[in-house]
Amino acid sequence: MRQYWKYIRPHLLYFIFGPLLMLSEVAGEIVLPTIMATMIDVGIANNNIPYVISRMAIMFGCICVMIIGGLGGHYLSVTASVAFSADIRKDVFKKVQSFSFKNIDKFSTGSLVTRLTNDITQIQNITRMFLIMAMRSPGMLIGGIIMALRLNRSLAAILIIVIPLLGLTIGLLMYNAYPRFNVVQKKLDGLNSGIQENITNVRVIKSFVREKFEIDKFRRANTDLKDSTLNAMKIVICTMPVMTLAMNITMIMTVWNGGNLVVAGGMDVGNLTAFTTYIVQILMSLMMVSMLFLQSSRAAASSKRIKEVLNTVVDLTDDNSSKKDLTVERGEVEFRNVCFKYYESRKTNILDNINFKINPGETVGIIGATGSGKTSLVQLIPRLYDVTQGEVLVDGVNVKDYSIRHLRDGVGMVLQKNVLFSGTIEDNLRWGDENATREEIEEAADNAQADDFVKSFTDGYNTELGQGGVNVSGGQKQRLCIARALLKKPKILILDDSTSAVDTATEAKIRHAFATTLKDTTKIIIAQRISSIMDADKILVLSEGKVTGFGTHDELIKTNDEYRDIYYSQVDEEVSA
Amino acid sequence: MPPMNEKRADTRKPKNTKATIKRLMSYLNEDKVKIGLAFVCVLVSSMTNLAGSYMLRPIINNLVADVSAAERISTLVVNLVKMASIYAAGVLAAFFQARIMIGVSQRALLKLRGDLFEKLQDLPVRFFDTNNTGDIMSRFTNDVDTIGEMLNSTLVQIFQGIVSLIGTLILMFYTNFWLSIVTIVVAPIMAKIGTTIASRSRKRFSRQQAELGKVNAYIEEIVTGQKVVKVFCHEDQVIDEFETLNDSLKNAQIKAQFAGGMMGPSMNAMSQVNYTLTAGVGSILVVLGRLGRMGSFSALDIGGLTVFVNFSRQFSRPINELAQQLTIVMSALAGAERVFDVMDREPESDRGDIVLDNIHGDVVIDDITFGYNPDKTILKDVSIYAHPGQKIALVGSTGAGKTTITNLITRFYDIDKGKITIDGIDIFDINRDSLRENIAVVLQDTHLFTGTVMENIRYGRLDATDAEVRNAAVTSNAHSFIQHLPDGYDTVLEGDGSNLSQGQRQLLNIARAALSKAPILILDEATSSVDTRTERDINKGMDTLMENRTTFVIAHRLSTIRNADAIMVLEHGVIIERGSHEELLAQKGRYYELYTGLKELD
Repeated sequence: MRQYWKYIRPHLLYFIFGPLLMLSEVAGEIVLPTIMATMIDVGIANNNIPYVISRMAIMFGCICVMIIGGLGGHYLSVTASVAFSADIRKDVFKKVQSFSFKNIDKFSTGSLVTRLTNDITQIQNITRMFLIMAMRSPGMLIGGIIMALRLNRSLAAILIIVIPLLGLTIGLLMYNAYPRFNVVQKKLDGLNSGIQENITNVRVIKSFVREKFEIDKFRRANTDLKDSTLNAMKIVICTMPVMTLAMNITMIMTVWNGGNLVVAGGMDVGNLTAFTTYIVQILMSLMMVSMLFLQSSRAAASSKRIKEVLNTVVDLTDDNSSKKDLTVERGEVEFRNVCFKYYESRKTNILDNINFKINPGETVGIIGATGSGKTSLVQLIPRLYDVTQGEVLVDGVNVKDYSIRHLRDGVGMVLQKNVLFSGTIEDNLRWGDENATREEIEEAADNAQADDFVKSFTDGYNTELGQGGVNVSGGQKQRLCIARALLKKPKILILDDSTSAVDTATEAKIRHAFATTLKDTTKIIIAQRISSIMDADKILVLSEGKVTGFGTHDELIKTNDEYRDIYYSQVDEEVSA
Repeated sequence: MPPMNEKRADTRKPKNTKATIKRLMSYLNEDKVKIGLAFVCVLVSSMTNLAGSYMLRPIINNLVADVSAAERISTLVVNLVKMASIYAAGVLAAFFQARIMIGVSQRALLKLRGDLFEKLQDLPVRFFDTNNTGDIMSRFTNDVDTIGEMLNSTLVQIFQGIVSLIGTLILMFYTNFWLSIVTIVVAPIMAKIGTTIASRSRKRFSRQQAELGKVNAYIEEIVTGQKVVKVFCHEDQVIDEFETLNDSLKNAQIKAQFAGGMMGPSMNAMSQVNYTLTAGVGSILVVLGRLGRMGSFSALDIGGLTVFVNFSRQFSRPINELAQQLTIVMSALAGAERVFDVMDREPESDRGDIVLDNIHGDVVIDDITFGYNPDKTILKDVSIYAHPGQKIALVGSTGAGKTTITNLITRFYDIDKGKITIDGIDIFDINRDSLRENIAVVLQDTHLFTGTVMENIRYGRLDATDAEVRNAAVTSNAHSFIQHLPDGYDTVLEGDGSNLSQGQRQLLNIARAALSKAPILILDEATSSVDTRTERDINKGMDTLMENRTTFVIAHRLSTIRNADAIMVLEHGVIIERGSHEELLAQKGRYYELYTGLKELD
């Protein structure tokens, strides 16, 4: 609860005045009958029609106040709950933005999406209900108790037994419902992830004709969700009958005790009748309050999941960076005794004792077998992950000492698994530099060999891309991603197998553009094709997480067996053709 | 595309409310008997409620009756026992009603989700290419959720409300006909206000659900591309954009929920107006009666007035309760419309009924023309012939239309002009499932499912034995890295296989295809992220894979396609050269230039 205080505080007035205004309805409901009573007692008794009419006018006045208060209270309560949850949603989203790659790996996309929408909606609903009922039920409850006590203390003693008993039962129900709702939300997560996977993998499913298989899989998850929901709801639905039962028992006890009192002459009938009315009022409002609490057990499960995100410790920050003002100037990269693994629990390192140095402006190719650690290695340079041991230096300074923004501004990286976002091509390219001029954009696109095909589209740079950039081909997408990185004008540019879908000729053009226009930029290129990196200043050969060679093509051909092997695996074929 | 959907949905909305409700209710059809039973329970519990309160009267009367104390006590005991049994019946009825309805609503939800999912399997690839994943997801989560909330409680409460309303009305008429007229006059005004609020909030709730869909879509897209956001330090911009969407969701929600919430106070006020009018008019009637100005009408005394006024107070409670349900019903209807909108989409066409059996794999692509949008042609007059067992390579610059051809063979998209035949049969005459079962596709974008490595490979052929799966993995050279995974073949992969490298994922995809026995194979940049040595190592495996299968290969690594029987060079959707590797080299045309790096294709 304390965690939510900061979301309540900005809307505190709404939170206070919403329920307070709702009081006008409660007050009206109490006052109107008393006015009505005078209408009958005075008006009718004296056959005074003008008096009756004047009372009616007063009553209409009260109703006006009630409606204004009621509408106002609703408005404030709705605004409070919606604004409150919008703020939470914003903060959870912000938190996700601050996640490190490692944090992102931990949560599945589907689960993050459910937390940001579904779970927050639960919180919002319960808050709204709470605000609208907050004053009504307790007001009625307290009023009822006071009136009952005033009428007859000994009879009211029944309440002292019934209320705690009732509280205990409801508490017990909630205690049992909460873990079950947790299971429900988890199953919902699983179901959603399944649906999401299904949508992204639609081509695979269709090509293997696995629709029925997927439907069966979904059916199981769906039934599972139904069963766990039923399991939780089974408890919740017991509340209403339990409450009614409690109310009935109280009623019978009251009538029994009260009846005996009346018969013995200790109480008059009128008071007993009034007393039962108050008992009903007390228990009714008690019922509303407990329903609210019970509803909140589902919200509590959601709240826990939201807090899981909010309380995740971001394990990669620049809080302790000592040189926050420093920017990357030259583009020198050095690895010193670097070891790395993704999970602490893994025994073997993905990268093992890596040492090398790249001078500013050099082009370095990285080559190695599938799974040898190429991607892992370059991800350490813009500090997407932290090293397990050793240090990575850029311009002679440990990457941990830069502010993350300055470091990543200086290091442009085209990821292997890359994404374009909805919006126009220009919007997407501007990710590299928001303030880029049209010329700069076209120049970057031209260097990435994207300008031509973009211009061939009817809308050119204003062409809308669907989600994931589906209306461009794989190779075009890669070139747009390169252009986006080029616009950043980074000092170090990393291409992680970013031209795999680009044809050889176009790739050669890109390489040529790099060599001529990006002379001062350090370029690190992961590639499968030797031809992509043959002309590089240096080539780094990676094998099972170790550097087995670092030198020029000519040197490596002579000294490095593995490199030679890779080289001939490609040249051989060309020769044998 | 999404804006278009919205427009369509919006224009359809108002007139379709009835149809939507009807359709939603059809999900309850199976459980008619149970619902009937639940309604009986509601009736019983409402009646016991009334009876319980009514019992107080004889009890009280008895207490002051003119008999001995002992007799009064014994009658009290008898009365209390009666009261207790009425209460017990009420509690039981309430419990059974809730128990039945919860099962009914959950089953309906199960069916609704199931139907939506099955429909999803039936939709063409185009639907997924043009709709946001997040927005589709939102229909499963947010929209189905609101429907669930409605089915859970609202149905019963509405019924309960109507029962008490009618009951009270009957009692009012029974007590005093003339005073009931006041209520009869006020009721239509209430109804009018109610429906006005309802129809106004209806549109707002549709907006709320649409905004929710947008926010969902944005979150989904950004979270999926989260790593790109981080690399570009784009967090702040993304947060800004999100805030804009979040704010407009907030505004839509406030508007919708306030509009729905207006119902409560308005109805409450109207019933107080009714109460005041009844009391006032009643008092005047009583006074007029006393003054003898009412003639034969004056049947109203103070006692009657008190009882009547209490009824008119009671009258407001069910109306209030009904009004409370409105917010839920409105959200649910808006949600239901979005769900049904997907269900009403045109399914993937399948008019063929020929089931392929033991085909040779003779594929003829005859003069086809195609564009994803009518205004942009991607392929123009393309013809390709593949004899059984042949390996056909498609070469060309990115965006030339290579993948599009495979999209058409698999019927992910339908051809605009021309035809494709397999063993002489038009693919439109072939049963769609049968067609795809005979084609194994390895796509460039690697797609894995949450599950073990074993399960992922077995996706290629569900009845494959463990040994066959292993063999397929050996063929695709995935076996060695799989063995190095923590749990080998039982290692659980994350949804997108993020614990594997891109190349490793491609190897798994190839293994999947290797397992399949389809006579036609399409490899679309299947090894683009696999290093060349591994590729060389799997070449042997690939040869076995392609043996006796008609194969279409798309690759820009020309080395991987040299031994193709025929190579097609595609440029801007047109085949500009065709022939074997040697022939094309001898021609000294585009392929030659491309191969020797003399000229670029673009």
